[in-house]
Amino acid sequence: MKEYLLLYRMDMTIIPARTEEQAAQTMQLWMDWIGSIAAKGQLVSRGSRLEPSGRVVRSGDVVTNGPYTDIKEVLGGYSLVKAASYDEALELAGGCPVLQMGGSVEVREQVVMQ
Amino acid sequence: MEQYVLIMRHQDGSKIASPEQMQIWMKQTMDWIGGIAAQNKFVQGNGLRFDDASVVGHGGVVTNGPFGDIKETIGGYLIVKAESPEEAIGFAKNCPVLQGEGNTVEVRLVASRDGVH
Amino acid sequence: MDQSALIPHLFRTEFGRITSVLARRFGMAHIEVAEDIAGETFLAAMETWPYRGIPDNPTAWLYTVAANKAKNYLARDSNFQRKISPDLQRGETAATEHEIDLSAGNIKDSQLRMLFAICHPAIPQEAQIGMALRVLCGLGIDEIAHALLSNKETINKRLHRAKERLRSEGMSQDLPPAPEIGERLDTVLTTLYLLFNEGYYSETSDDMIREDLCREAIRLTALLTENEQTDLPAVSALLALMCFHASRFAARLDHDGDVVLYADQDERLWDQELIASGVKYMNEAARGEHLTRYHIEAGIAYWHTIKEDTTEKWENILQLYNILLQIQYSPVAALNRTYALAKARSKEEAIAEAEKLQLTTNPYYYTLLGELYIGIDKVKAKVYLEKALILAVTRSDRKVITQKLDALN
Repeated sequence: MKEYLLLYRMDMTIIPARTEEQAAQTMQLWMDWIGSIAAKGQLVSRGSRLEPSGRVVRSGDVVTNGPYTDIKEVLGGYSLVKAASYDEALELAGGCPVLQMGGSVEVREQVVMQ
Repeated sequence: MEQYVLIMRHQDGSKIASPEQMQIWMKQTMDWIGGIAAQNKFVQGNGLRFDDASVVGHGGVVTNGPFGDIKETIGGYLIVKAESPEEAIGFAKNCPVLQGEGNTVEVRLVASRDGVH
Repeated sequence: MDQSALIPHLFRTEFGRITSVLARRFGMAHIEVAEDIAGETFLAAMETWPYRGIPDNPTAWLYTVAANKAKNYLARDSNFQRKISPDLQRGETAATEHEIDLSAGNIKDSQLRMLFAICHPAIPQEAQIGMALRVLCGLGIDEIAHALLSNKETINKRLHRAKERLRSEGMSQDLPPAPEIGERLDTVLTTLYLLFNEGYYSETSDDMIREDLCREAIRLTALLTENEQTDLPAVSALLALMCFHASRFAARLDHDGDVVLYADQDERLWDQELIASGVKYMNEAARGEHLTRYHIEAGIAYWHTIKEDTTEKWENILQLYNILLQIQYSPVAALNRTYALAKARSKEEAIAEAEKLQLTTNPYYYTLLGELYIGIDKVKAKVYLEKALILAVTRSDRKVITQKLDALN
């Protein structure tokens, strides 16, 4: 089993416009999805959601607001799963609710830094 | 104390570095992380492999990188604890990835626990 | 070993063996009876040996006496049960039923089971270490209180509660099923590690106790490697770590019992046999994928068995501390990392990193800063060492700092 990082990207500008009911519905979708991975014993860490705004640091100590406010796909969160192969990890990612919201999931194999 | 994710973005993940260069970067990265961990501000971190990298999109469409509108490739991430955004930015400024031209480190506040994502 | 030292030494090595075997025989709920019989056995030795002389094989003598006392207890107990409750009568014949097996194999097996029973998740960690010191290493309540910087009442309470738990949880002496072993093993290893550290770093106990404790910790850890179910990479890593540390036992204290700093130790006193064992276990720990803090700490300890100061050595130690801090932060590891940085790179770089640590209540923080400023800024070096002296608690720490200050003046 290898560990794969799933990076969730979506248009975060739509979030404030959601009604409470829609938000609850979305939450339910996420819970079900994460739960199904955990039930298979493949969830390493459910990870976190990220606040929409942040900063980008460049060389020479240049700090700008960000990330990439001009683009639609902003990193909104991540989870860590384990899978026997890259393809299996892709398959897991295919069920992610972010896909129903016009977002995407990047799937990346982890390298332990040591 | 809040948690921040530092996302290391490489201008071009397909550039292949020599093993010697890799070793120097690795050491610098470990020193950078070790310095943060010595302050008890390290939470978690990992590098990401460049070769297998795909994006699953709407309708289950799988595409290979580069990703969406973003040309850069994420090379790794580090989750740190910090008292303020400034402190997290301070950690990011010392990241060895910034030695590479065009590379960036994105600093993002982790949303407080509110169920899932 | 003269007689006055022999009995306490045997107490520390044999008390736990006898107690473990008897507790296994009587059931964990009766662990106190097992302890009492083990205790009475030593009492008998103290009463008999001064008059009749030390037996040729003192250990065998103890085992025979303990076995007889246990048999008497079981006979009394079954008589008692027969009288008050005839239906409980199990119809066994007393002679075979009451055999007590104090063979080497059964001792090992019983101690292994005792180790896992003590490390049950229902028992709080501070009670686990207390129980291990008491039941496996035969330390008295006074000695445990001293070792754990606590008092007799607290320790008694902790042990009492732990034994209550052993009873109420209906704890069996079977090893946990295979999937649980890994999880439980974490606690077992932590306890063994604390046990070893107790012997190695304890400031006040006398040398004999410390060495016995370290040897028992090593022996118990080695037991885990001898059992197929518990012979996991993390166990070998911990054992390697213990061997490397213990190799410096003879060199780390001077004739007055003061700590000799690593840099000042006579490496001819380092035990090469233990170092070789450590290397062997370190190689065995390399199987498997999961890297534990014990692997990293064993690696650091390995590099310390090479006395010569080379950049390679300190670079390796630095990188290992970088990883260790990610697995488990501790102020000591943070300070040691900074020291390694000074050795591998430069004092200036280390000072910049040290000042970020802000461990302002830690005497070792100021000792390190003082040390780093020696040769760079004498005034700052003095200021920091003086701060360290104010915060230092132990006599030998104060002595080391004072020596450094004297050298500056």
